[in-house]
Amino acid sequence: MFSYEFMRNAFAAGTIIAVICGIMGVFVIARNMSFLTHTLSEIGFSGAAFGIFAGWTPLSGMLLFTVVSSVIVGQLSVRAERREAATSAISALFIGLGILFLSLANTNASYATNILFGSVIGISSSDVTQMLVLSILVLIVVLVIYRFLKFDSFDHTGALVKGLWTNTLSVTFLVLLALSVSVAAQIVGSLLIFILLTLPAATAKYFAHSVGRMMGLAILLALVGVWSGLALSYVTNYPVSFFIAAIEALFYFIALGWQHAQTAAKN
Amino acid sequence: MTSKTPILQLEHLGMTFPGHPVFNDLNLTINRGEFWSIVGENGVGKTTLMRTILHQLRPTTGKVNYLPSVNAVQIGYVPQFRNIDSEYPLTIRDFVGLNLTGWKLPWLSRGERQRVEAMLKQTGLTKLANRPIGQASGGEKQKAYLAQALVERPNLLILDESTASLDPVTKTELLDLVQQINQTLDLTVLFVTHDIPLARRYTQQFLMLTPQGTEQGAIDQLTDQKVWRGEAEHV
Repeated sequence: MFSYEFMRNAFAAGTIIAVICGIMGVFVIARNMSFLTHTLSEIGFSGAAFGIFAGWTPLSGMLLFTVVSSVIVGQLSVRAERREAATSAISALFIGLGILFLSLANTNASYATNILFGSVIGISSSDVTQMLVLSILVLIVVLVIYRFLKFDSFDHTGALVKGLWTNTLSVTFLVLLALSVSVAAQIVGSLLIFILLTLPAATAKYFAHSVGRMMGLAILLALVGVWSGLALSYVTNYPVSFFIAAIEALFYFIALGWQHAQTAAKN
Repeated sequence: MTSKTPILQLEHLGMTFPGHPVFNDLNLTINRGEFWSIVGENGVGKTTLMRTILHQLRPTTGKVNYLPSVNAVQIGYVPQFRNIDSEYPLTIRDFVGLNLTGWKLPWLSRGERQRVEAMLKQTGLTKLANRPIGQASGGEKQKAYLAQALVERPNLLILDESTASLDPVTKTELLDLVQQINQTLDLTVLFVTHDIPLARRYTQQFLMLTPQGTEQGAIDQLTDQKVWRGEAEHV
Protein backbone atom coordinates (compact mmCIF):
# COMPACT_ATOMS: atom_id res chain seq x y z
CA MET A 1 0.00 0.00 0.00
CA PHE A 2 2.78 2.44 0.93
CA SER A 3 4.71 1.65 -2.23
CA TYR A 4 2.34 4.01 -4.03
CA GLU A 5 3.13 7.69 -3.69
CA PHE A 6 -0.53 8.67 -3.70
CA MET A 7 -1.17 6.45 -0.66
CA ARG A 8 1.78 7.91 1.21
CA ASN A 9 0.47 11.38 0.40
CA ALA A 10 -3.05 10.37 1.45
CA PHE A 11 -1.82 9.09 4.82
CA ALA A 12 0.26 12.23 5.39
CA ALA A 13 -2.70 14.45 4.48
CA GLY A 14 -5.05 12.31 6.58
CA THR A 15 -2.80 12.69 9.61
CA ILE A 16 -2.70 16.47 9.24
CA ILE A 17 -6.49 16.55 8.84
CA ALA A 18 -7.07 14.34 11.89
CA VAL A 19 -4.95 16.57 14.10
CA ILE A 20 -6.56 19.81 12.94
CA CYS A 21 -10.08 18.37 13.11
CA GLY A 22 -9.49 16.89 16.58
CA ILE A 23 -8.42 20.27 17.94
CA MET A 24 -10.97 22.44 16.15
CA GLY A 25 -13.74 19.89 16.69
CA VAL A 26 -13.57 20.29 20.46
CA PHE A 27 -14.40 23.98 20.06
CA VAL A 28 -17.07 23.23 17.42
CA ILE A 29 -18.86 20.95 19.88
CA ALA A 30 -18.42 23.31 22.83
CA ARG A 31 -19.82 26.21 20.80
CA ASN A 32 -22.73 24.11 19.42
CA MET A 33 -21.64 24.80 15.87
CA SER A 34 -22.14 21.39 14.25
CA PHE A 35 -24.82 22.69 11.90
CA LEU A 36 -22.76 25.74 11.01
CA THR A 37 -19.80 23.48 10.26
CA HIS A 38 -22.03 21.49 7.93
CA THR A 39 -22.97 24.72 6.17
CA LEU A 40 -19.34 25.78 5.83
CA SER A 41 -18.58 22.48 4.16
CA GLU A 42 -21.35 23.15 1.62
CA ILE A 43 -19.93 26.61 1.08
CA GLY A 44 -16.61 24.84 0.52
CA PHE A 45 -18.22 22.81 -2.28
CA SER A 46 -19.49 25.99 -3.89
CA GLY A 47 -16.05 27.60 -3.53
CA ALA A 48 -14.30 24.60 -5.07
CA ALA A 49 -16.74 24.67 -7.97
CA PHE A 50 -16.07 28.39 -8.39
CA GLY A 51 -12.32 27.69 -8.32
CA ILE A 52 -12.69 25.25 -11.20
CA PHE A 53 -14.93 27.68 -13.08
CA ALA A 54 -12.40 30.50 -12.60
CA GLY A 55 -9.46 28.32 -13.61
CA TRP A 56 -8.00 28.22 -10.06
CA THR A 57 -7.37 25.20 -7.89
CA PRO A 58 -10.46 23.93 -5.99
CA LEU A 59 -8.65 24.65 -2.69
CA SER A 60 -8.16 28.33 -3.59
CA GLY A 61 -11.86 28.70 -4.40
CA MET A 62 -12.77 26.92 -1.18
CA LEU A 63 -10.54 29.16 0.89
CA LEU A 64 -12.01 32.30 -0.66
CA PHE A 65 -15.63 31.25 -0.20
CA THR A 66 -15.37 29.70 3.25
CA VAL A 67 -13.33 32.52 4.78
CA VAL A 68 -15.52 35.31 3.36
CA SER A 69 -18.76 33.51 4.17
CA SER A 70 -17.62 32.58 7.70
CA VAL A 71 -17.40 36.27 8.52
CA ILE A 72 -20.88 36.88 7.02
CA VAL A 73 -22.35 33.83 8.77
CA GLY A 74 -20.80 35.00 12.03
CA GLN A 75 -22.48 38.38 11.74
CA LEU A 76 -25.85 36.90 10.72
CA SER A 77 -25.76 34.30 13.47
CA VAL A 78 -25.00 36.53 16.43
CA ARG A 79 -28.58 36.15 17.66
CA ALA A 80 -29.01 32.52 18.69
CA GLU A 81 -32.74 32.42 17.88
CA ARG A 82 -32.15 33.11 14.20
CA ARG A 83 -28.94 31.12 13.87
CA GLU A 84 -30.47 27.96 12.38
CA ALA A 85 -32.74 29.79 9.92
CA ALA A 86 -29.91 32.08 8.75
CA THR A 87 -27.57 29.11 8.39
CA SER A 88 -30.17 27.14 6.38
CA ALA A 89 -30.71 30.06 4.01
CA ILE A 90 -26.97 30.47 3.42
CA SER A 91 -26.57 26.71 2.99
CA ALA A 92 -29.30 26.57 0.32
CA LEU A 93 -27.84 29.56 -1.54
CA PHE A 94 -24.33 28.13 -1.67
CA ILE A 95 -25.34 24.62 -2.74
CA GLY A 96 -27.26 26.25 -5.59
CA LEU A 97 -24.25 28.39 -6.52
CA GLY A 98 -21.99 25.33 -6.42
CA ILE A 99 -24.20 23.52 -8.89
CA LEU A 100 -24.31 26.63 -11.12
CA PHE A 101 -20.50 27.02 -11.14
CA LEU A 102 -20.00 23.35 -11.93
CA SER A 103 -22.43 23.68 -14.80
CA LEU A 104 -20.71 26.82 -16.09
CA ALA A 105 -17.29 25.21 -15.76
CA ASN A 106 -18.51 22.41 -18.00
CA THR A 107 -16.63 19.74 -16.04
CA ASN A 108 -17.47 16.08 -15.99
CA ALA A 109 -19.44 14.38 -13.23
CA SER A 110 -16.42 12.66 -11.67
CA TYR A 111 -14.85 16.04 -10.89
CA ALA A 112 -17.97 17.05 -9.01
CA THR A 113 -17.97 13.72 -7.21
CA ASN A 114 -14.37 14.26 -6.12
CA ILE A 115 -15.22 17.66 -4.65
CA LEU A 116 -18.27 16.36 -2.86
CA PHE A 117 -16.94 13.05 -1.60
CA GLY A 118 -13.17 13.47 -1.67
CA SER A 119 -10.49 11.50 -3.44
CA VAL A 120 -7.49 9.55 -2.28
CA ILE A 121 -5.66 9.36 -5.54
CA GLY A 122 -5.81 13.08 -6.20
CA ILE A 123 -3.48 14.12 -3.35
CA SER A 124 -0.06 15.25 -4.55
CA SER A 125 2.94 16.03 -2.36
CA SER A 126 2.47 19.75 -3.09
CA ASP A 127 -1.14 19.41 -1.81
CA VAL A 128 0.25 17.88 1.39
CA THR A 129 2.67 20.78 1.79
CA GLN A 130 -0.14 23.29 1.19
CA MET A 131 -2.32 21.57 3.80
CA LEU A 132 0.56 21.46 6.27
CA VAL A 133 1.22 25.20 5.92
CA LEU A 134 -2.47 26.06 6.38
CA SER A 135 -2.76 23.71 9.36
CA ILE A 136 0.28 25.19 11.05
CA LEU A 137 -1.20 28.65 10.52
CA VAL A 138 -4.46 27.53 12.15
CA LEU A 139 -2.60 25.89 15.05
CA ILE A 140 -0.47 28.99 15.72
CA VAL A 141 -3.56 31.22 15.93
CA VAL A 142 -5.37 28.69 18.14
CA LEU A 143 -2.30 28.55 20.40
CA VAL A 144 -2.17 32.35 20.73
CA ILE A 145 -5.87 32.75 21.59
CA TYR A 146 -6.24 29.34 23.29
CA ARG A 147 -7.18 30.45 26.81
CA PHE A 148 -9.64 33.07 25.62
CA LEU A 149 -11.20 30.72 23.08
CA LYS A 150 -11.47 27.98 25.70
CA PHE A 151 -13.19 30.28 28.19
CA ASP A 152 -15.60 31.68 25.61
CA SER A 153 -16.38 28.25 24.15
CA PHE A 154 -16.96 26.45 27.45
CA ASP A 155 -18.44 29.30 29.49
CA HIS A 156 -19.72 32.12 27.32
CA THR A 157 -21.43 33.83 30.29
CA GLY A 158 -18.19 33.89 32.28
CA ALA A 159 -16.22 35.18 29.28
CA LEU A 160 -18.73 38.01 28.76
CA VAL A 161 -18.52 39.06 32.40
CA LYS A 162 -14.74 38.95 32.22
CA GLY A 163 -14.97 41.46 29.36
CA LEU A 164 -13.34 39.19 26.80
CA TRP A 165 -13.75 40.32 23.19
CA THR A 166 -16.24 37.54 22.50
CA ASN A 167 -17.50 38.84 19.13
CA THR A 168 -13.95 39.09 17.76
CA LEU A 169 -13.20 35.63 19.16
CA SER A 170 -16.29 34.26 17.46
CA VAL A 171 -15.37 35.66 14.03
CA THR A 172 -11.72 34.58 14.45
CA PHE A 173 -12.87 31.07 15.30
CA LEU A 174 -15.15 30.95 12.26
CA VAL A 175 -12.29 31.98 9.97
CA LEU A 176 -10.09 29.25 11.52
CA LEU A 177 -12.94 26.80 11.02
CA ALA A 178 -13.25 27.87 7.39
CA LEU A 179 -9.54 27.19 6.88
CA SER A 180 -9.87 23.79 8.57
CA VAL A 181 -12.85 22.87 6.39
CA SER A 182 -10.90 23.76 3.26
CA VAL A 183 -7.91 21.71 4.38
CA ALA A 184 -9.87 18.66 5.46
CA ALA A 185 -12.19 18.57 2.45
CA GLN A 186 -9.26 17.36 0.33
CA ILE A 187 -9.71 13.77 1.48
CA VAL A 188 -13.23 13.28 2.79
CA GLY A 189 -14.85 15.79 0.44
CA SER A 190 -16.83 18.89 1.19
CA LEU A 191 -20.08 17.02 1.81
CA LEU A 192 -18.65 14.88 4.60
CA ILE A 193 -16.03 17.13 6.15
CA PHE A 194 -18.27 17.96 9.10
CA ILE A 195 -17.93 14.30 10.15
CA LEU A 196 -14.32 14.79 11.17
CA LEU A 197 -14.97 18.23 12.62
CA THR A 198 -17.82 17.06 14.84
CA LEU A 199 -17.99 13.32 15.55
CA PRO A 200 -14.53 12.62 17.07
CA ALA A 201 -14.90 15.58 19.45
CA ALA A 202 -18.53 14.72 20.21
CA THR A 203 -17.41 11.18 21.08
CA ALA A 204 -14.44 12.39 23.14
CA LYS A 205 -16.76 14.55 25.25
CA TYR A 206 -18.20 11.42 26.87
CA PHE A 207 -14.85 9.98 27.93
CA ALA A 208 -12.58 12.97 28.64
CA HIS A 209 -13.29 15.80 31.06
CA SER A 210 -10.64 18.39 30.37
CA VAL A 211 -10.14 20.36 27.18
CA GLY A 212 -6.63 18.96 26.63
CA ARG A 213 -7.77 15.35 27.07
CA MET A 214 -10.79 15.90 24.84
CA MET A 215 -8.47 17.19 22.13
CA GLY A 216 -6.09 14.25 22.57
CA LEU A 217 -8.89 11.69 22.34
CA ALA A 218 -10.58 13.49 19.45
CA ILE A 219 -7.29 13.49 17.51
CA LEU A 220 -6.83 9.77 18.26
CA LEU A 221 -10.37 8.90 17.13
CA ALA A 222 -9.98 10.99 13.99
CA LEU A 223 -6.63 9.31 13.25
CA VAL A 224 -8.11 5.83 13.68
CA GLY A 225 -11.02 6.76 11.41
CA VAL A 226 -8.88 8.34 8.69
CA TRP A 227 -6.12 5.70 8.69
CA SER A 228 -8.56 2.78 8.79
CA GLY A 229 -10.72 4.44 6.16
CA LEU A 230 -7.75 4.90 3.83
CA ALA A 231 -6.58 1.32 4.31
CA LEU A 232 -10.07 -0.15 3.82
CA SER A 233 -10.63 2.03 0.78
CA TYR A 234 -7.33 0.82 -0.70
CA VAL A 235 -8.25 -2.83 -0.10
CA THR A 236 -11.88 -2.70 -1.19
CA ASN A 237 -11.80 0.16 -3.72
CA TYR A 238 -14.88 1.66 -2.09
CA PRO A 239 -14.97 5.42 -1.25
CA VAL A 240 -12.76 6.45 1.67
CA SER A 241 -15.38 8.92 2.92
CA PHE A 242 -17.86 6.06 3.43
CA PHE A 243 -15.43 4.19 5.70
CA ILE A 244 -14.44 7.31 7.66
CA ALA A 245 -18.09 8.27 8.15
CA ALA A 246 -19.05 4.73 9.22
CA ILE A 247 -16.13 4.38 11.67
CA GLU A 248 -16.65 7.79 13.29
CA ALA A 249 -20.42 7.26 13.53
CA LEU A 250 -19.79 3.84 15.13
CA PHE A 251 -17.50 5.43 17.74
CA TYR A 252 -20.14 8.04 18.45
CA PHE A 253 -22.94 5.51 18.90
CA ILE A 254 -20.73 3.41 21.19
CA ALA A 255 -20.08 6.53 23.26
CA LEU A 256 -23.81 7.30 23.43
CA GLY A 257 -24.51 3.72 24.53
CA TRP A 258 -21.78 3.92 27.16
CA GLN A 259 -23.17 7.19 28.47
CA HIS A 260 -26.67 5.72 28.56
CA ALA A 261 -25.40 2.68 30.50
CA GLN A 262 -23.54 4.93 32.95
CA THR A 263 -26.65 7.02 33.57
CA ALA A 264 -28.81 3.90 34.00
CA ALA A 265 -26.29 2.43 36.47
CA LYS A 266 -26.40 5.63 38.57
CA ASN A 267 -30.20 5.61 38.68
CA MET B 1 -14.02 45.19 59.94
CA THR B 2 -15.49 47.14 57.04
CA SER B 3 -13.37 50.10 56.03
CA LYS B 4 -15.06 53.18 54.58
CA THR B 5 -13.11 53.22 51.37
CA PRO B 6 -15.46 53.66 48.40
CA ILE B 7 -15.06 51.07 45.66
CA LEU B 8 -18.14 51.85 43.55
CA GLN B 9 -20.16 55.02 43.11
CA LEU B 10 -23.32 55.34 41.05
CA GLU B 11 -23.87 59.00 40.17
CA HIS B 12 -27.30 60.10 38.92
CA LEU B 13 -27.48 56.81 37.09
CA GLY B 14 -30.42 56.35 34.75
CA MET B 15 -31.38 53.74 32.19
CA THR B 16 -34.18 54.04 29.68
CA PHE B 17 -34.99 51.44 27.08
CA PRO B 18 -37.07 52.71 24.13
CA GLY B 19 -40.38 53.85 25.66
CA HIS B 20 -39.60 52.22 28.98
CA PRO B 21 -37.71 53.96 31.81
CA VAL B 22 -36.01 51.37 34.03
CA PHE B 23 -34.44 53.48 36.78
CA ASN B 24 -33.62 57.13 37.11
CA ASP B 25 -31.26 59.37 39.15
CA LEU B 26 -29.82 56.48 41.14
CA ASN B 27 -27.10 57.57 43.55
CA LEU B 28 -25.23 55.02 45.61
CA THR B 29 -21.83 54.66 47.25
CA ILE B 30 -20.57 51.20 48.07
CA ASN B 31 -17.54 50.87 50.31
CA ARG B 32 -14.92 48.19 50.33
CA GLY B 33 -15.93 45.09 52.30
CA GLU B 34 -19.63 45.91 52.45
CA PHE B 35 -22.29 43.28 51.83
CA TRP B 36 -25.32 44.76 50.03
CA SER B 37 -28.58 43.19 48.99
CA ILE B 38 -30.27 44.49 45.85
CA VAL B 39 -33.99 43.79 46.07
CA GLY B 40 -37.11 44.55 44.07
CA GLU B 41 -39.79 42.82 42.09
CA ASN B 42 -39.19 41.08 38.75
CA GLY B 43 -38.63 43.46 35.83
CA VAL B 44 -37.78 46.45 37.99
CA GLY B 45 -34.22 46.64 36.65
CA LYS B 46 -31.99 44.72 39.04
CA THR B 47 -30.24 42.74 36.32
CA THR B 48 -30.05 45.85 34.11
CA LEU B 49 -28.30 47.63 36.98
CA MET B 50 -25.87 44.73 37.42
CA ARG B 51 -25.16 44.65 33.67
CA THR B 52 -24.47 48.38 33.81
CA ILE B 53 -22.01 47.87 36.66
CA LEU B 54 -20.42 45.02 34.66
CA HIS B 55 -19.78 47.41 31.70
CA GLN B 56 -22.18 45.39 29.53
CA LEU B 57 -24.70 48.24 29.19
CA ARG B 58 -24.05 51.95 28.83
CA PRO B 59 -26.27 54.05 31.11
CA THR B 60 -28.61 56.58 29.52
CA THR B 61 -27.68 59.20 32.10
CA GLY B 62 -25.14 59.49 34.90
CA LYS B 63 -22.12 57.30 35.38
CA VAL B 64 -20.57 54.42 37.28
CA ASN B 65 -17.33 55.33 39.06
CA TYR B 66 -14.91 52.53 39.94
CA LEU B 67 -12.57 53.65 42.71
CA PRO B 68 -9.74 54.43 42.89
CA SER B 69 -9.69 53.51 39.17
CA VAL B 70 -11.55 51.30 36.75
CA ASN B 71 -8.60 48.89 36.55
CA ALA B 72 -8.45 48.60 40.34
CA VAL B 73 -11.92 47.08 40.53
CA GLN B 74 -12.00 43.44 39.49
CA ILE B 75 -15.52 42.08 39.32
CA GLY B 76 -16.54 38.47 39.91
CA TYR B 77 -20.04 37.47 38.83
CA VAL B 78 -22.13 34.46 39.88
CA PRO B 79 -25.37 34.09 37.91
CA GLN B 80 -28.40 31.98 38.76
CA PHE B 81 -28.08 29.91 35.60
CA ARG B 82 -25.36 29.06 33.16
CA ASN B 83 -25.58 27.14 29.92
CA ILE B 84 -24.41 23.88 31.50
CA ASP B 85 -26.40 20.74 30.75
CA SER B 86 -25.91 17.21 32.11
CA GLU B 87 -23.53 16.36 29.23
CA TYR B 88 -21.24 19.36 29.82
CA PRO B 89 -17.83 17.68 29.85
CA LEU B 90 -15.46 19.75 31.99
CA THR B 91 -14.66 18.79 35.58
CA ILE B 92 -15.30 21.27 38.37
CA ARG B 93 -11.51 21.84 38.59
CA ASP B 94 -11.23 22.66 34.87
CA PHE B 95 -14.32 24.85 34.99
CA VAL B 96 -12.85 26.92 37.83
CA GLY B 97 -9.56 27.27 35.92
CA LEU B 98 -11.31 28.69 32.83
CA ASN B 99 -11.28 32.15 34.39
CA LEU B 100 -7.47 32.24 34.48
CA THR B 101 -6.67 33.95 31.20
CA GLY B 102 -3.68 36.00 32.28
CA TRP B 103 -0.88 33.58 31.38
CA LYS B 104 -0.04 33.13 27.72
CA LEU B 105 0.67 29.39 27.57
CA PRO B 106 -2.27 27.05 26.90
CA TRP B 107 -1.73 25.11 30.12
CA LEU B 108 -1.94 26.54 33.65
CA SER B 109 1.30 27.49 35.39
CA ARG B 110 2.13 25.92 38.76
CA GLY B 111 1.07 29.10 40.54
CA GLU B 112 -2.25 29.12 38.71
CA ARG B 113 -2.89 25.47 39.54
CA GLN B 114 -2.21 26.28 43.19
CA ARG B 115 -4.74 29.13 43.04
CA VAL B 116 -7.36 26.78 41.60
CA GLU B 117 -6.68 24.19 44.33
CA ALA B 118 -6.81 26.86 47.05
CA MET B 119 -10.16 28.11 45.75
CA LEU B 120 -11.55 24.57 45.53
CA LYS B 121 -10.51 24.06 49.13
CA GLN B 122 -12.00 27.36 50.27
CA THR B 123 -15.34 26.54 48.63
CA GLY B 124 -15.35 22.95 49.90
CA LEU B 125 -15.06 21.43 46.44
CA THR B 126 -11.72 19.61 46.70
CA LYS B 127 -13.29 16.15 46.94
CA LEU B 128 -15.61 16.89 44.02
CA ALA B 129 -12.95 18.53 41.84
CA ASN B 130 -12.79 15.68 39.31
CA ARG B 131 -16.56 15.40 38.87
CA PRO B 132 -17.93 16.72 35.55
CA ILE B 133 -19.78 19.88 36.49
CA GLY B 134 -22.73 18.79 34.32
CA GLN B 135 -23.31 16.00 36.82
CA ALA B 136 -23.02 18.19 39.91
CA SER B 137 -26.04 19.22 42.02
CA GLY B 138 -27.44 22.75 41.92
CA GLY B 139 -25.60 23.74 45.09
CA GLU B 140 -22.30 22.24 43.91
CA LYS B 141 -22.65 24.09 40.62
CA GLN B 142 -23.23 27.39 42.42
CA LYS B 143 -20.15 26.76 44.56
CA ALA B 144 -18.16 26.05 41.37
CA TYR B 145 -19.45 29.29 39.80
CA LEU B 146 -18.42 31.09 42.99
CA ALA B 147 -14.97 29.47 42.97
CA GLN B 148 -14.51 30.42 39.30
CA ALA B 149 -15.52 34.02 40.02
CA LEU B 150 -13.13 34.20 42.99
CA VAL B 151 -10.10 32.50 41.42
CA GLU B 152 -9.14 35.75 39.67
CA ARG B 153 -9.17 37.48 43.09
CA PRO B 154 -11.90 40.04 42.48
CA ASN B 155 -12.59 42.80 44.99
CA LEU B 156 -16.26 43.11 44.00
CA LEU B 157 -18.49 40.05 43.81
CA ILE B 158 -21.98 40.09 42.29
CA LEU B 159 -24.36 37.25 43.20
CA ASP B 160 -27.19 37.63 40.68
CA GLU B 161 -30.07 35.61 42.18
CA SER B 162 -27.49 32.85 42.68
CA THR B 163 -29.50 31.23 45.46
CA ALA B 164 -32.93 31.43 43.78
CA SER B 165 -33.07 27.81 42.64
CA LEU B 166 -31.45 26.27 45.73
CA ASP B 167 -33.09 24.54 48.69
CA PRO B 168 -32.97 26.37 52.06
CA VAL B 169 -30.05 24.35 53.47
CA THR B 170 -27.90 24.84 50.35
CA LYS B 171 -28.77 28.57 50.26
CA THR B 172 -27.49 28.91 53.81
CA GLU B 173 -24.34 26.91 53.05
CA LEU B 174 -23.53 29.07 50.05
CA LEU B 175 -24.14 32.36 51.84
CA ASP B 176 -22.22 31.22 54.93
CA LEU B 177 -19.32 30.67 52.57
CA VAL B 178 -19.75 34.07 50.87
CA GLN B 179 -20.04 35.78 54.27
CA GLN B 180 -16.84 34.12 55.45
CA ILE B 181 -15.00 35.24 52.31
CA ASN B 182 -16.53 38.72 52.62
CA GLN B 183 -15.14 39.03 56.12
CA THR B 184 -11.76 37.37 55.69
CA LEU B 185 -10.84 38.88 52.30
CA ASP B 186 -12.60 42.25 52.73
CA LEU B 187 -14.52 41.41 49.56
CA THR B 188 -17.39 43.71 48.56
CA VAL B 189 -20.55 41.75 47.75
CA LEU B 190 -23.72 42.74 45.90
CA PHE B 191 -26.41 40.10 46.45
CA VAL B 192 -29.38 40.37 44.07
CA THR B 193 -32.30 38.52 45.66
CA HIS B 194 -36.03 38.27 46.28
CA ASP B 195 -35.45 36.49 49.57
CA ILE B 196 -35.87 39.19 52.23
CA PRO B 197 -35.21 36.95 55.27
CA LEU B 198 -31.99 35.76 53.63
CA ALA B 199 -30.98 39.35 52.81
CA ARG B 200 -31.66 40.39 56.43
CA ARG B 201 -29.62 37.48 57.75
CA TYR B 202 -26.49 38.00 55.69
CA THR B 203 -26.25 41.52 54.31
CA GLN B 204 -25.60 44.87 55.96
CA GLN B 205 -27.22 47.35 53.57
CA PHE B 206 -29.96 47.21 50.97
CA LEU B 207 -30.87 48.95 47.77
CA MET B 208 -34.51 48.49 46.81
CA LEU B 209 -35.62 49.22 43.26
CA THR B 210 -39.29 49.96 42.71
CA PRO B 211 -41.11 51.43 39.72
CA GLN B 212 -41.50 54.65 41.76
CA GLY B 213 -37.82 55.01 42.55
CA THR B 214 -35.10 53.60 44.74
CA GLU B 215 -34.60 53.32 48.46
CA GLN B 216 -31.50 52.39 50.40
CA GLY B 217 -30.50 51.95 53.99
CA ALA B 218 -29.34 49.64 56.73
CA ILE B 219 -30.66 46.12 56.34
CA ASP B 220 -32.72 46.18 59.54
CA GLN B 221 -34.95 48.79 57.89
CA LEU B 222 -35.86 46.34 55.15
CA THR B 223 -39.02 44.37 55.77
CA ASP B 224 -41.17 42.13 53.62
CA GLN B 225 -43.93 44.70 54.10
CA LYS B 226 -41.76 47.41 52.59
CA VAL B 227 -41.10 45.30 49.49
CA TRP B 228 -44.74 44.26 49.23
CA ARG B 229 -45.83 47.87 49.56
CA GLY B 230 -43.53 48.86 46.71
CA GLU B 231 -45.03 46.13 44.57
CA ALA B 232 -48.60 46.95 45.59
CA GLU B 233 -48.13 50.62 44.68
CA HIS B 234 -46.88 49.52 41.29
CA VAL B 235 -49.98 47.34 40.73
